Amino acid sequence: MNKVQFLMGNQAIALAAMEAGVNIATGYPGTPSSEVLETIAQNADKYDIYVEWSTNEKVALETAIGAAYAGAKAITTMKQVGLNVASDPLMSLSYIGVKGALVIMVADDPGPHSSQTEQDTRSFARFANIPVLDPATPQEAHDMTLWAFNLSNQLQTPVIMRTTTRVSHGCADVTIGDISKASWDIEGFTKDPRWAIFPKLTAQRHPWLENLQGELANIFSASPFNCISGNGKIGIISSGISRKYVQEALGHLGLNVKLLEIGTPYPFPEAKALEFAKGLDHIIAVEELDSYLEEQTLQLVGRFKLPARVLGKIDGMFPKCGEYNVDVVEDGLQKCLKYIGAESGIKTPVPIVEAQNIPSLPNRQPTLCAGCMHRTVFYAFKRALNGISAVFSGDIGCYTLGNAQPLDMVDTCLCMGAGISIAAGLQHAQPNVKHIAFIGDSTFFHSGIPAIINAVYNNANIIIAVLDNRTTAMTGHQPHPGIGITATGKPTAAVSIAEIARSCGVKTAEEIDGQNLKACTDAIKRVVEVDGPSVLIFKGPCTNLEKSDKHYTIDEQICTLCNYCVEQLGCPALFVIDDMPAIQSTCAGCSLCAQICPVDAIVPGGED
Amino acid sequence: MRYDILVAGVGGQGVILTSRLLGLAAMKAGLHVTTAETIGMSQREGAVVSHIRLGREIFGPLIPKAGADLIIGMEPSEAARNMPMLKQNGHMIVNTFPVIPASVAIGLSQYDMSEILAFINNTCKNAILVDATKLAKQAGNHKSANVVLLGVTAAAGLLPFDISILQQALEEELPKKYLEVNKKSFEIGINMLYNMKNKI
Ligand code: SF4
Ligand code: SF4
Repeated sequence: MNKVQFLMGNQAIALAAMEAGVNIATGYPGTPSSEVLETIAQNADKYDIYVEWSTNEKVALETAIGAAYAGAKAITTMKQVGLNVASDPLMSLSYIGVKGALVIMVADDPGPHSSQTEQDTRSFARFANIPVLDPATPQEAHDMTLWAFNLSNQLQTPVIMRTTTRVSHGCADVTIGDISKASWDIEGFTKDPRWAIFPKLTAQRHPWLENLQGELANIFSASPFNCISGNGKIGIISSGISRKYVQEALGHLGLNVKLLEIGTPYPFPEAKALEFAKGLDHIIAVEELDSYLEEQTLQLVGRFKLPARVLGKIDGMFPKCGEYNVDVVEDGLQKCLKYIGAESGIKTPVPIVEAQNIPSLPNRQPTLCAGCMHRTVFYAFKRALNGISAVFSGDIGCYTLGNAQPLDMVDTCLCMGAGISIAAGLQHAQPNVKHIAFIGDSTFFHSGIPAIINAVYNNANIIIAVLDNRTTAMTGHQPHPGIGITATGKPTAAVSIAEIARSCGVKTAEEIDGQNLKACTDAIKRVVEVDGPSVLIFKGPCTNLEKSDKHYTIDEQICTLCNYCVEQLGCPALFVIDDMPAIQSTCAGCSLCAQICPVDAIVPGGED
Repeated sequence: MRYDILVAGVGGQGVILTSRLLGLAAMKAGLHVTTAETIGMSQREGAVVSHIRLGREIFGPLIPKAGADLIIGMEPSEAARNMPMLKQNGHMIVNTFPVIPASVAIGLSQYDMSEILAFINNTCKNAILVDATKLAKQAGNHKSANVVLLGVTAAAGLLPFDISILQQALEEELPKKYLEVNKKSFEIGINMLYNMKNKI
């Protein structure tokens, strides 16, 4: 029986996977994708599903591939940059294909809101020869996921479910179907040369892969997820969330327009697009990120010698970068209509105030939480290395926020796990400067280990600071191999970071209480003298996860109003009111400010 | 029919919960809902907004500029920052209790509270300003300021569904541990508004 629930797009995808009877779900956390696996994990026991957070996206994909080879239905989830990590197995997999079913859920982040890149998984799918579905709403995300499992199973190919932030993290009323226990009556792995890739096998499979693209394009042309509506001489082609913005803009436009909504960008549904393009004078492509549909349409127009002029990003009608919304789309459509010489009925409403006329507002960048252990560690490095020339290579996680003033402790940040190798590279190039790499616990397991081995092997004289707060904090506190709990909350072996470091050949690998400023500073001073790579593991809680009821307050009798605590730390709980430093109710009681106050004016107490 | 609500605040203030409660209530009232939330880096003390669109049809999740019928501001400067999103005759419910970012404390930017509050009042003729954080503390937890504001909003008749539906969503959605404080906060918000009305 169908029922309607208020669901986030990611939850809708998870429920659809369970409706489809998914057996195995893997993934690595990454905004905006993480809630898919979290939702399946919450339901794993009930529906007999195997769920794991894997160490990284490559491992997650490979694990899901193995399961699919055995005939299981598998899903793996990641964010767009995670697909870069998983690209090695992905590129080969397209030739081999799968047996059960494999859906790869990848979330793009136009904007970006919480990512290093604005890459477009539609283009990645084309590069990898893997079909990609591109929903516009949580409902479509649900419906397409169901279909993705079928497609994958029927055609023995992995299928990518690509979302964007607004689909993944938008909520809506979604109609869902029944979920029953996963069936483990699967065929099992059958030995066959088709599973072992060799140059010869690749050469054999390549024609199959190319034919499959044509077959898929035909299936997609017949799919209701690609539909034509309206009429006129002007056409609009759009996919993903942009379709919704187009629909809203068309409501204001007052013009006859033919619309092709694309739910399956790759393989491009050429027959459908041809049916749409016939008789059009102009085709406007509206899409976030890459000019993917625009290029496909240009090819179509060129190959079939159609008279239509194609407008989009390439001519500068629409922005190439950033997230779209109704305003951006209306603006682009107006530019196009002006170029075409058509009347536009769009009337932009006047706001009660324009942004530039608002009085000056405080700058509010994301920052480490009040009481975050990372602040203590960063501050300890600042103190311990005072006067020593040093470069701080950061990594991906909450601790990237250590870049903000007054800490200013992240000089480089590139991608998951890069901090250690970049510090090593810097050190080989500039040996007279101290090089420190910060890496979080989850990131350490994700991709820090090969870099540590490399630092040992090639004798990089760097300090590796592992910020171990026993969680994957930034993406919503998922567990990882270091803490002894699985994705479904079961106890398991806890892998020790210190032991890994030692077994990689690191001579100095110490664990330190990350909330004790003096212990941190002393340890740093010790390893600065050591030759070769050394590893300091700072351990402490994520205050956002382990809420503390401790609280500190400033004794007004003792405080000399020097403001040292406020100026040094940038803790969001510390502020100045009427020239007097004060601690807000958000204080998490980490005691860092108390540890640096020159006159010991900060004492336990205060509200909560 | 369409009704667009923007909730603005600082990461950690409960903006996402507020938007979820509004969405659930609207669904109970038989409306379609789409929301867009800020999840990710900005949740760490950054500026966050949720867009909540209610109606008979389904739309894209983002409210266009000058399109919001209502802005619920959990914090004065964040309410002001989002005012270009408000319709000409739109309404605002604003918490006057500031969250002062570290950038202000260390002198890298400024926060002129009285100027910002005056600006909101002078620019939006339908603005209701209350110290929701103070009221929430009275209810037992400063963190339930978001629910105080919901109470004020509902009592002001600014939602396209009945107060009781929102109350029901609240009871179904909140964990038992926090339910009492939040119910109390909701009531304090409602009473606050009624008292304000009586004074006028
Ligand atoms: S105010 Fe002091 S004790 Fe409280 S969280 Fe900030 S640094 Fe820690
Ligand atoms: S969520 Fe945890 S790790 Fe991240 S900034 Fe807050 S306290 Fe630090």
